Amino acid sequence: MDKLNEIVADQMRDDYPAFKAGDRVRVHVRVIEGDKERVQPYEGDVISIRGSSASKTFTVRKVSSGVGVERIFPFNSPKIAKIELVREGKVRRAKLYYLRKLSGKAARIKDKNQR
Amino acid sequence: MPGLLGKKLGMTSIYSADGEIIPVTVIEAGPCNVVAVKSIKTDGYDALQLSFGSKKEKHTTKPVSGYFKKRELTLAAVLREFKNYSGSEYKVGDVINVEILTVGDKVKVSSKSKGKGFQGVVRRHGFSGVGGRTHGQSDRERAPGSIGQSSYPSRVLKGTKMAGRMGYSRFTVSGLKVVKILPEKNIVLVKGAIPGSVNTIVEINK
Repeated sequence: MDKLNEIVADQMRDDYPAFKAGDRVRVHVRVIEGDKERVQPYEGDVISIRGSSASKTFTVRKVSSGVGVERIFPFNSPKIAKIELVREGKVRRAKLYYLRKLSGKAARIKDKNQR
Repeated sequence: MPGLLGKKLGMTSIYSADGEIIPVTVIEAGPCNVVAVKSIKTDGYDALQLSFGSKKEKHTTKPVSGYFKKRELTLAAVLREFKNYSGSEYKVGDVINVEILTVGDKVKVSSKSKGKGFQGVVRRHGFSGVGGRTHGQSDRERAPGSIGQSSYPSRVLKGTKMAGRMGYSRFTVSGLKVVKILPEKNIVLVKGAIPGSVNTIVEINK
C-alpha cells in the first residue's frame, strides 16, 4: 500500500482550504471547449467526502432553478483549478444525503460561524 | 519481442494529461537476471531463462542453489523461461529490467488468478441454472440440469462442465497498455486489471 501511495504522491492536491461535509464551496472547474480552456465555477454544499489517496472524491450539491444537482469531483483531479471555501456549515453528520429529501427552507445548512 | 518477470503490487488510479482518470495496475518488474540461454542447437528451442526476486540459502535445496552458484548469480525466488527472445544477444548474467518496455506499448500479462474455492456451475461455467422456484422445483435454482443422455452412452462424457475448484490457474490478459514507467524504482504501470492477488508473480510479455 505504501508503494502504491508513493506512486500517486505527486498527484495529490494539498492546495485546497480544508473543507468538510456541510461546508459551501466554490469549485473552479477547467472546461475545454474546442481548443480553448476556461474556468467555470460550481458552487454548492459538500454533502459527502469519501475514499482516500488516489480514489478520494467529494460530492457537491446545489439546487439549480428548482432542480437538485449533485456533482462528484475526484479530490485530486487536475481539472479543478481551485476551491474556495464560501462558508462553514454546522452539521452533525459526515454524509448529508438526507438533504435530497428536503427542499426549500428545510434544506438549509446552518452557518457554523453565526448564531 | 522481449518479456520479464514482476510482482503485482496492487491497483490505483492516475490522471492523464487531460485530467481523465486511468485505472492502473502497479507491477514491480525486474531486475531479472539471465540464468540460462537455451538455443535450438542444444535444447531444441530458443528461450531465455530469467530469475526474479530473492530467496535465502536455507530455504533453497542444494541442487537449486548449486544451479545459481555455478553461474555466479544470487539466489532468486522464481525461474521462468521466456520464448520470445529469439535473435537477441543476451548471455548468462545479463540484467533485464523495465527499460525493455516503453510507454504506450501493448503488453500481455500472465499470472495465477485468485483461488475461488469449490464453485458451482453457475459461477464456474456461467450456466443459467435450472430455472425458477415454481412448477414443482423447490431447490434447483442453481443446479446444472441434465449432464447427459440415457442408455446410450450410459456414461457421462469426459470434459462435461461440472462444479469444482475454480481459480488459481494461469490467465493471460493481452493488450494492456503501458501507462507509466519508473525505471529507478523498477515499476511499470499498465492500464487495467491483471489476474491474481497482491504479491503474485507475473510475466510481462511485449
